[in-house]
Amino acid sequence: MTSQGGTAPAGRRHLDVPAVRQPGTQWRTTRMYLGLAVIVIWGLAPFYWMIVTAFRDVGFTFDTTPWPTHVTLDNFRTAFSTDRGNHFGRALVNSVIIGVVTTAVAMLVGVFAAYALSRLEFPGKYLVLGFVLGASMFPGVALVSPLFQLFSSVGWLNGYNYQALIIPDISFALPLTVYTLTAFFGEMPWELEESARIDGCTMGQAFRRIMLPLAAPGLFTTAILAFISSWNEFLLASQFSTANTQPVTVAIAFFTGSQPHQDPYTAVMAAGTIVTVPLIIVVLIFQRAIVSGLTAGSIKG
Amino acid sequence: MSTVVSGVETGGAQRGAPPKPGRGLNAGQGHAAAWLVAPTILLLGVVIVYPLVKAVVMSFQKDSGLDPTTGLFVQGGAAGLSNYKHWLLEQCATPGGGTVDCPPGNLGSQFYDALWVTVFFTVVTVCVEVVLGLWFATIMNRDFRGRGLVRAAILVPWAIPTAVTAKLWLYIFAYEGIANRTLSVVGMPHVLWTGDAWPARFAVIIADVWKTTPFMALLILAGLQVISHEVYEAAAIDGANRWQTFLRITLPMIKVPLMVAILFRTLDVLRIFDLPYILTQGGGGSGHATTTLSILVINQIRAGFNAASALSTIVFLIIAFVAFLFIRFGGADVVQRPPTARRPGGRRVFRRRARVDGTAAPTEAAPADATATTVGAGG
Repeated sequence: MTSQGGTAPAGRRHLDVPAVRQPGTQWRTTRMYLGLAVIVIWGLAPFYWMIVTAFRDVGFTFDTTPWPTHVTLDNFRTAFSTDRGNHFGRALVNSVIIGVVTTAVAMLVGVFAAYALSRLEFPGKYLVLGFVLGASMFPGVALVSPLFQLFSSVGWLNGYNYQALIIPDISFALPLTVYTLTAFFGEMPWELEESARIDGCTMGQAFRRIMLPLAAPGLFTTAILAFISSWNEFLLASQFSTANTQPVTVAIAFFTGSQPHQDPYTAVMAAGTIVTVPLIIVVLIFQRAIVSGLTAGSIKG
Repeated sequence: MSTVVSGVETGGAQRGAPPKPGRGLNAGQGHAAAWLVAPTILLLGVVIVYPLVKAVVMSFQKDSGLDPTTGLFVQGGAAGLSNYKHWLLEQCATPGGGTVDCPPGNLGSQFYDALWVTVFFTVVTVCVEVVLGLWFATIMNRDFRGRGLVRAAILVPWAIPTAVTAKLWLYIFAYEGIANRTLSVVGMPHVLWTGDAWPARFAVIIADVWKTTPFMALLILAGLQVISHEVYEAAAIDGANRWQTFLRITLPMIKVPLMVAILFRTLDVLRIFDLPYILTQGGGGSGHATTTLSILVINQIRAGFNAASALSTIVFLIIAFVAFLFIRFGGADVVQRPPTARRPGGRRVFRRRARVDGTAAPTEAAPADATATTVGAGG
């Protein structure tokens, strides 16, 4: 099926002689736009449905009209109300705290390792790279039982112990940061650093004054990726969080409605919309950088 | 790890000392690198290696708790392999010190079900994602207006938190939900998506494929963009048809990024937790039709840390083994060493070269790839 999608767009373009019109070109173009429509619908339809439902009156939860009907803001009020034991507002703050601290720690520590891995020659370099990669493939669930025992023995599983959530989050945020930054750094014009050093800068000066400003977009993208990964984390948070430190993913997963055994779908969709829309906006603004960050390192020449 | 440390320490000049004349700009890099890399290694040691080692130690300990028959508190102590037997042989300890087959309902009897379901999820999702991802990527690799819109649309499922995705699909798959309503339009009966065993499994698979196909498509697309037009022109001149072009040119040329994407996704699904845990609570059918290995570990935590540690160690070993197979035999060259370093004893050659030419980092020798043009263009 993929071969029919046309694997050689550019090649064909080069070969096209204007006088000779290739048969089926129009059909191919139509098919391409049909395919693009499938992709756009794939990405947006369920998301659109979430937003439509978030604004729909709870009495019309299962209304299937494809456009907004019975529009109301009640669901957002329900999402934030605390009288049924939900603390969504608190959870939003918690997620920001956990995400920001995790990202900051991972970036502060990871940037040095990434610099060394992409720039310096040292024995054991590929061992370190392999270790970081291995860490990124590490199953989070293997952390739960030892850390659960450890955290409960030091009394971190109650109150406001954010570190019980931040420390395990480092286990995936740091490898992600190092890996992505190493790939970004590998693509930078390091000749400038060489010239700076020839002009008398030390390695640290060359890094701070010349390379850091150039690296800013890559650093920023990596920080976004790390923040998103910890914002979206659920497994570790569901085990190590308390009512006070619960992040949004856990709050949404265990959201309770007014009726027992009946999922408060519209309120949950409203909560989901609040959690997702800022992320989507960031992704829309920085989409090019995010795509390059996601794919960085998977391809090399 | 020990090799790293010892190797680095022999690295070079004193830290902070100016490079000695005649030794080139890269003198002392080993030492600098040690200081730069050490915090990461240390931190990963604390958050990953330490818990991993602790889990292994715990897995050989008995869980303390109330003895079900005598009602007396039983202390822990060395357990030998009994925690592993509990999962791998589905043997439960008896008060007398012997073992019996775990009764139905005991988590020990669910190990192979969980393993099977996890492998099933992995094989089906990854296969579907590869096919869909290749299709999406080939479409997106052509010239069209609205590239940004399509890329933004495909990033939406990726950006939504999995917990929200699970709730969203729970709503879509509700009995009165839009999935069943759509099915009934074409005359199909309502499906108990989160109740019956197979519908529950496919609900998880559908939601997961929706969320992660974009990642697959973007990785494959990045691979496709590296292939130069000339190769396709040459193939067209030689009279290759589309299928031959795909099999002989596209596939071999995207092999590495494709295998890397498959590796990442395979390991992701092998540790899948959020989706089945929230969407179906690991249930369906007779009760645990969508309980994956990760869910089984979490279910075991409150019933006993040490048995849970044994299971999580087994899960870790399975994942490490699969990763090893991919990297060793599957061509998923994730580390991407330069050819000189990959050779047996290559490190020596490598070091000597680095000292001679001084400047060329091996990665720079590779031709600029597609992402190089997009880095930094995000603002």
